[in-house]
This record gives sequence, C-alpha cells and structure tokens, in this order.
Amino acid sequence: MARAVSSQRKLLNTLIAWSLGLIIFFPILWTILTSFKTEAQAINDPPIFFFFDWTLENYAVVQERSNYMRFLWNSIFIAGGSTLLGVLIAVPAAWSMAFVPSKRTKDILLWMLSTKMLPAVGVLYPIYLLFIELGLLDTRVGLVVVLMLINLPIIVWMLYSYFKEIPGEILEAARMDGASLKSEILYVLTPMAIPGIASTVLLNIILAWNEAFWTLNLTAAKAAPLTAFIASYSSPEGLFFAKLSAASTMAIAPILILGWFSQKQLVRGLTFGAVK
Amino acid sequence: MGQINLKKVSKSFGNVEVIPPLDLEINDGEFVVFVGPSGCGKSTLLRLIAGLEDVTSGEIAIDGQDATGLPPAKRGLAMVFQSYALYPHMSVRKNIAFPLKMAGLPVEERNRRVEEAAKVLNLTDYLDRRPGQLSGGQRQRVAIGRSIVREPEAFLFDEPLSNLDAALRMGMRLEISELHKRLETTMVYVTHDQIEAMTMADKIVVLQAGVIEQVGSPLELYKRPCNKFVASFIGSPKMNFVEGEEAAKHDAHTIGIRPEHIAVSSEEGLWAGKIGVSEHLGSDTFFHVAVEGFAESITVRADGEIGLEYGDQIYLTPKLDNLHKFDADGLRIE
Repeated sequence: MARAVSSQRKLLNTLIAWSLGLIIFFPILWTILTSFKTEAQAINDPPIFFFFDWTLENYAVVQERSNYMRFLWNSIFIAGGSTLLGVLIAVPAAWSMAFVPSKRTKDILLWMLSTKMLPAVGVLYPIYLLFIELGLLDTRVGLVVVLMLINLPIIVWMLYSYFKEIPGEILEAARMDGASLKSEILYVLTPMAIPGIASTVLLNIILAWNEAFWTLNLTAAKAAPLTAFIASYSSPEGLFFAKLSAASTMAIAPILILGWFSQKQLVRGLTFGAVK
Repeated sequence: MGQINLKKVSKSFGNVEVIPPLDLEINDGEFVVFVGPSGCGKSTLLRLIAGLEDVTSGEIAIDGQDATGLPPAKRGLAMVFQSYALYPHMSVRKNIAFPLKMAGLPVEERNRRVEEAAKVLNLTDYLDRRPGQLSGGQRQRVAIGRSIVREPEAFLFDEPLSNLDAALRMGMRLEISELHKRLETTMVYVTHDQIEAMTMADKIVVLQAGVIEQVGSPLELYKRPCNKFVASFIGSPKMNFVEGEEAAKHDAHTIGIRPEHIAVSSEEGLWAGKIGVSEHLGSDTFFHVAVEGFAESITVRADGEIGLEYGDQIYLTPKLDNLHKFDADGLRIE
C-alpha cells in the first residue's frame, strides 16, 4: 500500500536526493571540467567553474605522449576476460548452491565473501612471487586470472540470489523432459536468469575496469590497462592537473557510457532480492 | 509398456523416515491414484518413482528393468507438476517440443508431433504464445501436451488440478480420463481429493504417514475399507462412526455407516435425534443429526427436499447390509 506523502515532503526528498547525487558526482564533474582548462587555470585560486578558456590542448598532449588505444585494449581484455571467465565458473557453482544445497552451502557462501574482507595488500607479496614464478608478471592473462578470483565471490553471490528466485520445479520438469545437466543449465536455467546474469556481468565489468591495486602492482608496460594510464600522469609535484584530468576522463569515459546505457539493468541487479 | 514395481522402497530425510519400506505394483496401462491427507508422503513416493528423489533403500523397476539408480531423464517417464512448471521464456510450441528436442528428433518430426498434440488439446491457436499469456486451464493443457509428445512409458501427475477452480477441475478431470482411455498408457496420479481418486482411478492407493493403508479399486475401497482411516477418507460426506453400546450390539468396538446408507423418517426408526445443521444441495440434503446417546452427530443423506428443518425430530435406521464393523485397533471385522 502506498503511504500518503505530502507534496512538501516530496519536494524535500527530491532536493536531498539531488544534492546527494550532485555531491557524489562532483569529483567526476570537476575532473571533466579541469581537463578542458589550461594548467594555470587548473590550479587557480579561487577555482574557476565554467568561465575559463575551454581548450582541447590537454587531450592532444596526452594523445601524443602515450598510446591510449593500447591501454584501452588492455582494459577491455582484462575487464571482459575476467568477467567472462568468472561467469563461466560461477554459473555452475551458483546452480549447485541454489538447487542442490548441502549443509555447508551457507558457510561456503559466507567464507567466500569473507575473502573480500582481507586487505588486498596482505596477499600482494605471495601473489607477486607466484606471478614471478609462473611468468605472469605484466601479462594480460595473469591479470584476467587475478581479477576473476577477486570478483568471483561477488559473481557467485549475485547469481546465487538470482537462481534462488527460479522455481526448482521448472528445472525438475526439464530433467523429466530428458534434459542432461548441461542442457538443463544451457536451455532452461540460463535463459531464465538472463536479466540477472546481465546485471552481474555489467557490475563486474565496472569493478574490474576500475580495479587499480592489482593492475598497478602487477603490470609494467605491456599489460597495463587504463588505471596505469591515469597513474602515469600523476606526479608528486602535482603540476599537471589538467593533463591528469584529461587522462582520467579518457579512462573513465567508456565505462561511464556503458553504465549510463545500462542503468536500469544495473539498478535492478543491485537491488535484487532486497525488493521483490 | 509401463509397468512399475516398487520393492521395499523407503525414504528418509535426515533422521526422519517419511516412507517406511513399502511394496507396490503398478500394471501396464493402469490408472493408479495415490491419495491421502497432506504430508502423507504421496508426492514423495511419486518423486521417488520419477527419480527426482533418491530412494534411501529398496528397488524401483520399470518394465522389469532396475531403474533405482537411473536419473529422471533416463526413466522414460513424463511428469505433470502442480505448478505446471512451464518454461516461461519459451513459446507454447517450444515448451511442448522441448522433450523432443532433448531426444534429438529432427525439426520436421518435432513440429508434426507438436501440432498433433496441440490439436488433441485444443491448443492450436495458442502455439506461438508464451505461458504467461495463457489461462490456468490452458497452461495445464500445455503441461500435459509436453508430457504426451514424447510417448512415455508412464505419466506421473502431481496434484495437477489443485490450482484450478472447481468448474475447470471437473472438465480437466474428464479430459485426463479420456486421454487415458485413448492412450492406454500407465498413469500415476497424486491427489488429496478423494473425489478425483474415486472418479479417475482403476486402482487407488491410500496412504497415511508414508504407509500404504489399502490398495484396491474405488468400489472395493468404498465397500470394504480395511480400516477406519480408509473408511473415513473414502466417501463424501465421510462415514459415521459409533462406539460403545450400539457397536457392542454388533460385536464390534466401532461401527461405521455411510450417510447414504441410513434411512430417514419423521415418524419411526432405530435411532431418534434432532436435526442440527442441514446442507441443501438440491438433489440431496445432508442432515447433521444429534442422536440421543451418541457422542458425535450423525450425518445422513436424504433424497431431495423432505421438508424437515433445524430442531425437528428425526428417526434414523441404518441399513444393516452396509454396516462396517471395526475392532479396537480400527481394523475391519468381517
């Protein structure tokens, strides 16, 4: 039942929501604005909001100095690859947890999630050594594997909660209809869970795209994604704010656009299970 | 062929034994109904036959072949679920064709069979719709269609009509019975509704707490129930039971008499009582009568309207030929 809300209250709520949204978005907006300023205007005190000399010079310099396309391609490869691999592993895992749970299923889910509570830097040393040993340092494959492992708990959790919503009888019907386990997952479960899988994929692409700790620590030149591209413009002296902003804008633009077009899917995915 | 044999089959969930070891024989072409109150294990028994649950011990043979360890897909049985369990993302056509696709049949053969089944079930106009766009009765027919196209050894029905309204349920009951007559395939049907059991079954299996109480044809169960539980479960309204002095006259602990086997009179009879609630169905009237000296009220059936009302004096005479006698353990005495 809808609760009666006065129009005054509604206006207030709208104002609060917009302010919060603006506060959250402000750093990104500021970055984008700064990227169009000259270096001098970028560090002007007091800061200039809109009335500066709009210039594309920073983009030209960044484009000239580094190979944006190579970083972009690495980002796409790493984010896409780790998500795809993660989903391939997580679908059967989530299937078994949702439809043939054992006594320990809940514990396993929690245990998986608990790995996210560990600070990443805690395992940097062993993983770094492993990477040297396996020759994975500064390779895209290495990063795909690491980011897949980092995000796997989230993928499994999300898919698990989606699968839980699918009535078990439908899968049993498939079994009665002669479907093998593979056909059951391929023809019945997966198509029914497509919306859930889509939002899981989107969220994980975003997480992997923005992941900076492992991508910065495990890459040098060859496999470096856009996070490293941004980092290469930050200098301790802080003299190149405008160029850093231009690089950042270029790095986040693809994922921002992807997120914008898939907001509905994302919101549904993130609130799934909370609201039925 | 669709012969199913259960030998010493039992099922436990953890430490709880829901079905103690039982034997059951289902012959080829038979319409067998499992009936019993909620939680009696009838659905579990069906799921054991289907292979959706593993037996804890015992053996299930289908057509003489041991099927105990076979997955559901390999047993050659088709099942219709209570919730219909249609694939919501597929059209009616694809739903019905799914078992054929899984069996690896070529597309033309699939289409031919789907259209044939659709014709039989009046679904031809709905083939391209999604299940979500169909009514309950139509969904039920799609579920049946999906099960018949594959020409299974036997059909398993798990309370298929309980989600339908009363009128539709009666229609579907007839349709399923007709289907059985035409296909002559074994059908195993689970229900808690004794009317469905009586009207459809060749053989009824009455279950209580996982134990088979009695197996027999509907009329056998009606005429010679082997204990009080079966006697009260089969027949509507249920059988009246009288204990004490009145039962002792017949050398029994309890006597049972069905409402339709009691003669009603406003002038004379064996038992005198006062009419309580009466239920008027038009064709019949059921009176709940408080008989002097009896602990519980007696339900009787009268043909049509006989002009008696609440509080009126009434005389009842049980027809002795139809009297059922039970001992202290509730078992039938011949």
